[in-house]
Amino acid sequence: MSVGATSLLRVHNEATRSATPTESSQTSFDMNRPTVISAQNLTKTYGDLTAVDNISFDVPAGESFGLLGPNGAGKSTTMKMIGGVSQRTSGSLAIMGLDPESHGPEVRAHLGVVPQQDNLDEELKVRENLIVYGRYFGLPMSYLKPKADELLEFAQLTDKANSKVDALSGGMKRRLTIARSLINEPRILLLDEPTTGLDPQARHILWDRLFRLKESGVTLILTTHYMDEAEQLCDRLIVVDKGKIMAEGSPATLIREHSSREVLELRFGSERNATIGVELQGIGERLETLPDRVLIYAHDGEAALEQVTARGLRPMTSLVRRSSLEDVFLRLTGRSLVD
Amino acid sequence: MSVLTGGHSATDLARERKFGPLYSRNAKAVVGRGLMAAKSSTWLVMVSGFFEPVLFLLAMGVGMGSIVGTVQGPGGEDISYAAYIAPALLAVSAMNGAIYDSTWNVFFKMNFAKLYQGMLYTSLGPLDVAIGEIFLALLRGLLYATGFTAVMGVMGLLTSWWAILVIPASVLIAFGFASFGMGITSFMKTFQQMDWINFFLLPMFLFSATFYPLSVYPQVIQWFIQAMPLWHGVELLRQISVGSFSPATAIHVGYYLVMITLGIMLTTGRLRQLFLK
Repeated sequence: MSVGATSLLRVHNEATRSATPTESSQTSFDMNRPTVISAQNLTKTYGDLTAVDNISFDVPAGESFGLLGPNGAGKSTTMKMIGGVSQRTSGSLAIMGLDPESHGPEVRAHLGVVPQQDNLDEELKVRENLIVYGRYFGLPMSYLKPKADELLEFAQLTDKANSKVDALSGGMKRRLTIARSLINEPRILLLDEPTTGLDPQARHILWDRLFRLKESGVTLILTTHYMDEAEQLCDRLIVVDKGKIMAEGSPATLIREHSSREVLELRFGSERNATIGVELQGIGERLETLPDRVLIYAHDGEAALEQVTARGLRPMTSLVRRSSLEDVFLRLTGRSLVD
Repeated sequence: MSVLTGGHSATDLARERKFGPLYSRNAKAVVGRGLMAAKSSTWLVMVSGFFEPVLFLLAMGVGMGSIVGTVQGPGGEDISYAAYIAPALLAVSAMNGAIYDSTWNVFFKMNFAKLYQGMLYTSLGPLDVAIGEIFLALLRGLLYATGFTAVMGVMGLLTSWWAILVIPASVLIAFGFASFGMGITSFMKTFQQMDWINFFLLPMFLFSATFYPLSVYPQVIQWFIQAMPLWHGVELLRQISVGSFSPATAIHVGYYLVMITLGIMLTTGRLRQLFLK
């Protein structure tokens, strides 16, 4: 780890020593940790449309909490209400004990925000972006100058300090946005689809940076529709669809409760999948017939495959894999396209 | 963070309650951002805004003025045609500078750069943003006004020491247009709509008693022009330039004070509606 990143983490550790994350992701409800976000019956309507429908959740300090859901599920709206830039229709919301609607500036002083679309200041250079953003929080230059250099190091952008923003790649811009969101040493970091549109290398670098922040005790709230991202980063998550919470728990718990241990994927060719689906009844815990393949949810995928061949069926391809959050997600929110 | 803590007087605290989510007394951060951005922006745009009224003054004042001769000034005395239109052009320049910053620049920052969304996710409130942006527009207005007043002095068009007051008066005019311009821009969604602003400004520039007295118009049109903001600016600066004041001077100043107040209320309300909905 670089020197800059180390000292950044140390600062965070000192600031949030009481909120050191626990070892296991299963023990999220540690009573010693204060609740930093508490939402009760949170509702937001735009005219006839109910974007967020009566949802409740609590997030303890230091947890990495995910909001999963298809487009239009109400994830971003929830994030905006937490930041106090969207007024809720009903329900209550407390961010570190404060109502973000009446105490917007105070609440946002403790928040870092990474919006879905980068909104970096294109008229300023890379380092200036960090300094100016810190000035918006009323922070003094004597603090901001070393802090900006430290964050550039953390975001691996030190050699781009005096570049123009539009000369950066997508991944660099995203890292700069995250570095910018840390300028006020936030206790809560809101990340709205942090890695959408990035290539795999850039995503992995970002995940690494976010994981370090989590280790240093920052509470992460992230929305995503990448299931691997949720499994990597979230201690606990809620699956939201049409403004409602469909399920809540750690990634492992959700997989256990809503899916089988393994999944067997079979392809018989587009025309035959549907007809063969009938002949496969009874194998595994659950069967799902899709246009391009048949999914068999089973505790033991290999054993299920043996049963299939024992019935004299010869799939063109077969694949046994671990059940993932994606299976849970699709089961809970359906497979039809949401627009 | 320390933004909202520290020793405040009782009035500060009362003000804080009143504007709670709207204002965090940190407009200077928005101004600082503007100055930093100006460092790297094109100076050509700023310079062109200064030369435009100078070119008008040369063509109309000196060129056409040679066949017009002298005209009657605000106090009834005879002055050269150039001295007659110069304060009017200064008012136009203050208006243009303020409008440029508060409409086109704001339109871009609002709809394309998403700058204000980013700002409002910090401790800043919409009132901080509005005050900061308007202050920047005034700074530009001040630069134009000072430059143009210097040109007037060099051309011998300033006959009274009162004339130095045209500079703060220009800033007042710029303030009125900037605070309103930003509010109106917040309603604009497309470039076509932005053209409506020019559609409104050009006739106001030509017909607000800029190049000839109001008395040439029929009464009804006079009333209409007297309701427009630029006419008050033109008359105010014209009076100051020769040091001839009347009760109407107070009305001109009052017009701008009302315009500034309404403009800031409109702008803050709109920013709140747009970004804190």
